[in-house]
Amino acid sequence: MNNGLILVTDDERQMQKLLQITLESAGYVVVQATTGRDAQTLAASTNPDLILLDLGLPDESGHETLRKLKEWYTRPVMVISVQSGEQDIVAALDHGAHDYIVKPFRTGELLARVRALLRRDTGNVATPHVITAGDLTIDLAARTVKKGEEWLKLTATEYNLLSMLARNAGRVLTHQHLLKEIWGATFVNETQYLRVFVAQLRKKIEDDPNRPLLLLTEPRIGYRFAG
Amino acid sequence: MKQTASRHGNIWRQCLYGVAAIGTMSVIGWATERYMGYHVIAFGLLLVVSLASMVMDVVPVLLTALVSALVWDFCFIPPRFTFHVRRTEDVIFLLMYFVVAITGAALTFRIRKMQQLVREEEERKTALRLYDTLLNSLSHELRTPIATIIAATDNLQTQQHQPGSHYHTELVGEIAQATLRLNEQVENLLSISRLDAGFIHAGNDWTDISELAYNVVQRVEDVGKAHNIVVNIAEDMPLVKTDAGLLQQVLYNLVSNAVRYTPAGSTVTVSAAAADEQLLLSVADDGPGFPEEEIERAFEKFYRLHRTIAGGTGLGLSIVRGYTEVLGGTVTLKNRQPHGALFEVRILAELSYLKNLKHE
Repeated sequence: MNNGLILVTDDERQMQKLLQITLESAGYVVVQATTGRDAQTLAASTNPDLILLDLGLPDESGHETLRKLKEWYTRPVMVISVQSGEQDIVAALDHGAHDYIVKPFRTGELLARVRALLRRDTGNVATPHVITAGDLTIDLAARTVKKGEEWLKLTATEYNLLSMLARNAGRVLTHQHLLKEIWGATFVNETQYLRVFVAQLRKKIEDDPNRPLLLLTEPRIGYRFAG
Repeated sequence: MKQTASRHGNIWRQCLYGVAAIGTMSVIGWATERYMGYHVIAFGLLLVVSLASMVMDVVPVLLTALVSALVWDFCFIPPRFTFHVRRTEDVIFLLMYFVVAITGAALTFRIRKMQQLVREEEERKTALRLYDTLLNSLSHELRTPIATIIAATDNLQTQQHQPGSHYHTELVGEIAQATLRLNEQVENLLSISRLDAGFIHAGNDWTDISELAYNVVQRVEDVGKAHNIVVNIAEDMPLVKTDAGLLQQVLYNLVSNAVRYTPAGSTVTVSAAAADEQLLLSVADDGPGFPEEEIERAFEKFYRLHRTIAGGTGLGLSIVRGYTEVLGGTVTLKNRQPHGALFEVRILAELSYLKNLKHE
């Protein structure tokens, strides 16, 4: 079974082993690198569908490797970090990483995030103009949103926020990125707007706004549209 | 830097008091000179110096001693209002005065130093005793899950349990639980260490308290759903500018404690309200509550009610208090009627009623 090729970059032997077992048992083919340089070489030669990159690498920092990879690699990159490494994670996301996972992590969560990243990234040239998630249908061309059979009334800002997140489904978008793109560069630190609009959106698109399944919070980092 | 500055300020103030006291005694001397000779006034001045050496730092005391000797010479020893001393025996008196004043000051200084050393030694011993107790509790908290893991993995490796068999499933389950427990304990210990070392600083970001509360409830329910957890937060709850991470940990510890120490099926209520730049977060349960005399000690490290079952962290509430203090707030515990505990966290924070934003 081959659900995709994943390049795992981590300098810790035990973590490599566990990641290999976890991913292989879920049907992925795993290729391993223990340094940033190795990762770049292997990425170029094997062209994986997804790269898992530990931010705490020995030779070059994980960030440096990420930067070099993003010069040509267009598929998803998920970074691995530690708790309270939020600044690292935000920096990585702003430099092109799609998602992150924090050690120690649960198998289920890792596999779910990998699946979500691979599902959306079909590598198609044409981007679909209709996005569906659960009972939500978003038509990007018509700028309409339907929940079940009901058309939702969203304000322009609410729609922009939803569409940006949905177009990047599975990918974590940082607070600053969202604020800059939707409200403008001067709003980059005005997180209160984000909070309010996310709450409003959840009331409209979620079955239970208090237990969101579509519009997910990544604490202290940003938001993600599960798809 | 601030401490040194205030110490210097303090020393100047003490010098001022010392000189003022000498002045006062001199005036008294003036007034009573008719009845006592100028030698007696020296005793009065010496009294001032002795009192000063009991309460002031060494520099002000020496200054007081010096000033008092000069004042005695100038104001009282004939010829008055000169520093000149006419009679030979007065020279000896003056010298002796100096000697007595200075030795008195020096001796009291040394005694106070020694008393301080004794006090510090006692404090050290108490701290060591406390540390000892903590280490014991700590090693127990860590060793218990480790022992479980070793025993279970050993068993799995040597006893040929078939995967899927009852024993196999149970052993793996025990390992899973023990490792999560160990993780939780290590995180708690790191938190306490950081708190003690003063490494924790509150960040400041607009927080949706409702989202935070439901998230905590979800996390607690992920571990076990034996309780009825109710969230009581008004629709128009404003955003609060605080550190969401710390606040979430506080709430999580309170709710998971409530769930752990109250009977299954009972209700735990999480409420939040905000007004006048203050956030009030509370967690109420209807379990057995706390014995009145133990309420004070509930927030101490490794404190656990004697009659509870093992399985709690013992650090949860002290982290709650530590984090709350970093957030600039207070946490209180009271018993409810007829029974149950109520924890209230009050934090001063900026509020934003942006929920009334015009729809853009």
